[in-house]
Amino acid sequence: TAVAGGGVRGGAAGRAAAMDLFGDLRRMNKRQLYYQVLNFAMIVSSALMIWKGLIVITGSESPIVVVLSGSMEPAFHRGDLLFLTNFHDDPIRAGEIVVFKVEGRDIPIVHRVIKIHEKENGDIKFLTKGDNNEVDDRGLYKEGQNWLEKKDVVGRARGFLPYVGMVTIIMNDYPKFKYALLAVMGAYVLLKRES
Amino acid sequence: LRKNVEDFTGPRERSDLGFVTFDITADILKEKCIFDWNVKQLFLYLSAEYSTKNNALNQVVLWDKIILRGDNPRLFLKDMKSKYFFFDDGNGLKGNRNVTLTLSWNVVPNAGILPLVTGSGHVSVPFPDTYETTKSY
Repeated sequence: TAVAGGGVRGGAAGRAAAMDLFGDLRRMNKRQLYYQVLNFAMIVSSALMIWKGLIVITGSESPIVVVLSGSMEPAFHRGDLLFLTNFHDDPIRAGEIVVFKVEGRDIPIVHRVIKIHEKENGDIKFLTKGDNNEVDDRGLYKEGQNWLEKKDVVGRARGFLPYVGMVTIIMNDYPKFKYALLAVMGAYVLLKRES
Repeated sequence: LRKNVEDFTGPRERSDLGFVTFDITADILKEKCIFDWNVKQLFLYLSAEYSTKNNALNQVVLWDKIILRGDNPRLFLKDMKSKYFFFDDGNGLKGNRNVTLTLSWNVVPNAGILPLVTGSGHVSVPFPDTYETTKSY
């Protein structure tokens, strides 16, 4: 397309391409604009569907999480991405890495299970600890709570990718970056033309 | 992988506290070259598994160690004390003949799946029928 070709050439040619772009914008009539918006909406819906699909397949309300603290170093560092599953029949066993939420807090914590006591009917209570922490997590649990239960578990860590989650952390710490990124993505999708 | 253990329980008001000393001899490289190009570290842990009247299954991690890629893969640990308190949820350790210690490890890759592997040997540790009040730990 004219826009893509202009980007490659350079300097003066680049400015001419920008003029082309604005020309295009002015010439786009309403129908084309609606078409572009629909395209954009479809992309967003597909992304949401994929995310919901993952939630269903893995059984976890949050199948992909970003590690936020260094409490599991040297295995996981801040910014690593974890893939979770939360199958109902999967037993919780000592040594597993689980992601759990303390009642009343939003932030999930990724630590290792170090003690379990399970009754015959399957009721289980367990204790966790971060590999890099000196003490177990009792200090992190709710006031008076000494054990975690199955309902507190968001998922079990099954796989991981290093560094990839850094993007989410940067977007959280620097909201301007997030808006800039969204603006660029939005502009690209709205203005991109199928030739 | 070999473990030798000596153990006793101490009286506590509500739950039994177990004390275990152990030796571990391990040669990790023997286990089909576990440190391949994608392995960043191994998280080794010794866990005790047993059943009691209160709970059908109990597992308590007594000790753990992180082995990074490049560390010496042979372990000769003698007379190790458990790193974490071996509390039972109740009084199920006294006289419990069937406490099994197993060495397991979590393979942490540079990227990819996180498998948990249980070692093939395990050692049974019977706890005596009485509480020990004189020994210091």
